Amino acid sequence: MHVSTTVNGEQVSGEIEPRQLLVHFLRETLGLTGTHWGCDTSNCGACVVQMDGQPVKSCTVLTAMCEGHEIRTVEALEVDGRLDSIQQGFHERHALQCGFCTPGMLMTARALLDENPDPTDHEIRTAISGSICRCTGYKNIVSAVRWAADHEAAASPQEV
Amino acid sequence: MAVVENLENLPSPTTERPIGFGRLKRKEDLRFIRGEGSYLDDIRLPGMVYGAVLRSPYAHARILSIDTSAALDHPNVAAVVTAKDLETLGLAWMPTISYDTQAVLAGDKVRFQGQEVAFVIATDEYSANDALALIDVEYEPLPAVVNARRALDPEAPLIRDDKSGQRDNLASPTWEAGDEATTDRAFAEADTVVTRDMIYPRCHPAPLETCGIIADFNPETGQLDIYNGNQAPHAHRTVYAHVAGLAEHMIRIRCNDIGGGFGNKVPVYPGYVCAIAGSIVAGVPVKWVENRTENLTSTGFARDYIMRGEMCSKDGRITGLRVDAIADHGAFDSTAQPTKFPAGFFHIVCGSYDLQASHVKVKAVYTNKAPGGVAYRCSFRITEAVYLVERMVDALALEMKADPIDLRMRSFIAPEQFPYETTTGWTYDSGDYAKTMGVAMEMAGYEDLRAEQAEKRARGELMGIGVSFFTEGVGAGPRKHMDILGLSMNDGADLRVHPSGKAVVSISAQTQGQGHETTFAQIVAEELGIPPEDVEVRHGDTDKSPYGLGTYGSRSTPVSGGAVAVVSRKVRDKARMIAATMLETSPEDLAWEKGRWYVKGDPEQGAMIEDIAHRAYSGEPMPADMEGGLDAQVIYDPPNLTYPYGAYIAVVDIDPDTAHVTVRRFIAVDDCGVRINPMVVDGQIHGGLAEGVGIALMELISFDDEGNCLNSSFMDYLIPTALECPDFELGETVTPCPHHPLGAKGVGESPTVGSPPAIVNAVIDALNETHGVEHVDMPCTPARVWAAMQGRPEPPQ
Repeated sequence: MHVSTTVNGEQVSGEIEPRQLLVHFLRETLGLTGTHWGCDTSNCGACVVQMDGQPVKSCTVLTAMCEGHEIRTVEALEVDGRLDSIQQGFHERHALQCGFCTPGMLMTARALLDENPDPTDHEIRTAISGSICRCTGYKNIVSAVRWAADHEAAASPQEV
Repeated sequence: MAVVENLENLPSPTTERPIGFGRLKRKEDLRFIRGEGSYLDDIRLPGMVYGAVLRSPYAHARILSIDTSAALDHPNVAAVVTAKDLETLGLAWMPTISYDTQAVLAGDKVRFQGQEVAFVIATDEYSANDALALIDVEYEPLPAVVNARRALDPEAPLIRDDKSGQRDNLASPTWEAGDEATTDRAFAEADTVVTRDMIYPRCHPAPLETCGIIADFNPETGQLDIYNGNQAPHAHRTVYAHVAGLAEHMIRIRCNDIGGGFGNKVPVYPGYVCAIAGSIVAGVPVKWVENRTENLTSTGFARDYIMRGEMCSKDGRITGLRVDAIADHGAFDSTAQPTKFPAGFFHIVCGSYDLQASHVKVKAVYTNKAPGGVAYRCSFRITEAVYLVERMVDALALEMKADPIDLRMRSFIAPEQFPYETTTGWTYDSGDYAKTMGVAMEMAGYEDLRAEQAEKRARGELMGIGVSFFTEGVGAGPRKHMDILGLSMNDGADLRVHPSGKAVVSISAQTQGQGHETTFAQIVAEELGIPPEDVEVRHGDTDKSPYGLGTYGSRSTPVSGGAVAVVSRKVRDKARMIAATMLETSPEDLAWEKGRWYVKGDPEQGAMIEDIAHRAYSGEPMPADMEGGLDAQVIYDPPNLTYPYGAYIAVVDIDPDTAHVTVRRFIAVDDCGVRINPMVVDGQIHGGLAEGVGIALMELISFDDEGNCLNSSFMDYLIPTALECPDFELGETVTPCPHHPLGAKGVGESPTVGSPPAIVNAVIDALNETHGVEHVDMPCTPARVWAAMQGRPEPPQ
């Protein structure tokens, strides 16, 4: 079947198997291997990408369902050689070890901050609770999201 | 979206902190946060085809026939491999790392659910998996044995009838440590004796990236290129050379980035051998990556120890310990451990206490379950040992009506007793246990917690405080004692300082996220004064790194770290000779400060390491009889294990209505000797504690009576998320290792070893007074805890 969608700002269209999962379309067809898969059952969150700004598990989305939607992956976080603050926060706060869950965590956390620029620690933990990290025990991930939130607040003009 | 400065434009690490040890941010982060890691499944080679494994639906069954014709008719299928095909290549069976044999593909019968039966090769992954459904296997089901005690029953079905002379399900003879007679005496003279039966249940490391391989055999040259995220690439290469009969120097293994290992990626698995055989036969690269169910049901389970502990005390101190354990290895004994230690390091079970005597017996059995076991973030069965001894100490304290910390404090090995020989033969290197325990008590506010608990108890709330104190033996190991498959457990390091003063250090340790590219650069930086950003750490490629046994058993810093320190010092010694020639003085007249040899008494006269390096490659004279260049290599043979330890305190709340256990606080005070990068050490501890929370409360691989695995996906195999993990509170004491070149001890596994008993002790502490509960086996799920609160036996697994 034919599908036409937008991935990281670029129009993409082509013939696909109807059963193809979005994670395979991104990784195999487009070569965007920053998005990982880890469990097949929508539990681990290694495959999280954004669909119209909302975090979705790309192992549970069919490519066919992306018709007319906008997909954003970890590869699009850095713009013109400038890291997104959430990427920077992960580095600053040692929020990654093996790095396998990191792209999904980054896309989840980015979506959280876009919706809620000043989350509490519990809100951060709740937001990332659909993603498993086997290495960090989450403490530094919470701290990294906090770092990004604080730095974005400092960079934005204060509301009066 | 807000952006911040590009990483490259940030201040260099050396402007923020001195060269060497310290909280240096990681060099490897950038590729990961950009999504540019190179994990196994990210690699695509031209002409590559895909493998998929057909697995047994039965735990025990005879194979009557296998019909692959329909699969072969699939337009995208290139080949279907069965045991018959492998037999012609001599690859139907492979050796395990415990000198047992394991079927690569089942020919005679299947011995566990999920066992490999056929291997399909197709042009794409979807087709390979479609074709699995087209293979017709006729089975004759046999009675299965899933319970290790039942496997010992003389009437139990024989699992390993492939082994000549095997008449029962014993995987190895009973193995003993300590002394039975002196232990009997200690018990006879004791004031108090307690006995507990407990199970360290089967669980799984479940790294987020599953296992996989790409095998690329070139029929023209005979070269076999392997891409495979594994924890010991050099050892794997040697095994493949033996198994496949290939020349070792014609095999190259590359481990690019690895998405976690935790022991799961130590062994060689049948899927790897199938992919290699497939590539040899087909002459094209073959990729095989297991899915999550295959990961949980066929590769790398851990633990599965059934244990009875007896502990005794006299005059208020712990005096003796008796342990009888059954190790369940599943259908093939592929447990990971050094040759001379068939029960791994389980006999470190005497813990941190100055015992009068101890005696340990372990027997190992076959069952119709997946083979193993690996040490899930554990140095060879130390996790099981620490769990047992720390549960026993709490049981004894309950019996004695003593505070569990008081009993530990009274029984600790004292600082002046080190080096301390345990009653089971370990020589602990250094420690000040009471001090570390004291730091944990202070951080936790132990007295206040007890007061809070009493108040809550009066209100009908259930709160528990649990303690554990562990000593681990890590960094295997000295070649006189330790080998795996005859390979000494040493590690190499190769250091080259280039003419510009920048360096490359090649190591045999294999990171799976531990931060080696940063930490090992810091060791060279500390020893030579070359900034860490100017030290490239090379690893993960057998063509580009020296021989060594890899990363598991917390051995990277104790062994490879020792190697890098020693090789740096060799380079420093050579630099001294060259500097003496440059400064026209004798080497004895030179003194070292970081990055520079200078003349004693005239510190202005000196040579920087980069100037010495330049000289070493220049046309200028070298010291007499010295070759040019500034490099060195070593194979490091550690003189002893290192013995990190720690004091952990868990605070749990239990919902009286649902029996749900919440870990509210967790205090971890680790003493791992000198810390190279404290940020990385903290990260290791956080991660290990989370896995400990999982093991204590959630993670379980269980089976029904027919041997069907009941936890074969992340729907059923539960791993803690950010909501189950508390905000871990870390503390430290530093007691340097006396024999390690850097005084470091290793830390990666301590938190997973030490945390489960603290959490279970807290659960019992919450429930004993009010509900009379003496023990709950892990994982302490609501169903199990509820049953214990009602005084009922545990619900079936």
